[in-house]
Amino acid sequence: MSSMLAADVNVAQNVGFYIIAAIMVFGALRVVSGRNVVHTALWLVVVLGGVAAQYLLAAAEFVAISQVMVYIGAVMVLFLFGIMLTRATIGEESDLNNKNWSIGIPVSLLLAGTLVWVIVDQYRGEVLASPDEPMSTTAISDVFLREGLVPFLALSFVLLAAAIGAIVLARKD
Amino acid sequence: MYAVNFLILAAVLFSIGVFGVIARRNAVMVLMSIELILNSVNLNLIAFAMMNNSPEGHVFALYVIAVAAAEVGVGLAMVLMIYRNRRSIALDELSVMKG
Repeated sequence: MSSMLAADVNVAQNVGFYIIAAIMVFGALRVVSGRNVVHTALWLVVVLGGVAAQYLLAAAEFVAISQVMVYIGAVMVLFLFGIMLTRATIGEESDLNNKNWSIGIPVSLLLAGTLVWVIVDQYRGEVLASPDEPMSTTAISDVFLREGLVPFLALSFVLLAAAIGAIVLARKD
Repeated sequence: MYAVNFLILAAVLFSIGVFGVIARRNAVMVLMSIELILNSVNLNLIAFAMMNNSPEGHVFALYVIAVAAAEVGVGLAMVLMIYRNRRSIALDELSVMKG
């Protein structure tokens, strides 16, 4: 893979990537810095939709569809219900951050610097080949139902336990 | 497309999510920051699947999506219970278990 030339880089794909990535980073910054809880949830929708678009750029159709259905369809509805059930006030709030929230800035900058340094050191110049066709759902389901069968069944029990646990926790009695 | 594009985007999203977990006081917003972190990991998995042209990365990403959905369900149920008992979901006031 690393023997491929930079000329193999698909320009249109790169331009699309940078546009979506800029929107995603802006949305993520609004999620962690916004003062209106409902608005931050809606900015999170933008970020999750951007992630789904990046999956499509990476030829991962099935994961992109799952992302849209599970995250934007189900998880965000849960978040909005959680916000509505726990917060009486709609609008700007001033006490959304901890007292010593500013310690998060050096921590996250240090983390980002370290990660970017390691990634660039390891993968500089490596070109991802654009696949001719998207990863087929048949190949994914083959892995799920052969090597991944036991984790798949365990995952269904995790979901069942989570559903029952959520009902038990949130029930009024 | 360069591999570093995806990986650096995921690293930046991860760091922003970590900042949210540290800085936020509202429990629901901490859960939202955790979703940012999980999504950045998924981006990495898809990038590595593309690098190796194998479906295993997609399978792991789907596992992460399912576990994240379960985590949000249980987490929000716990937040609702805390709100019902204390009329507040500010995380710095939850010090009952402090020794």
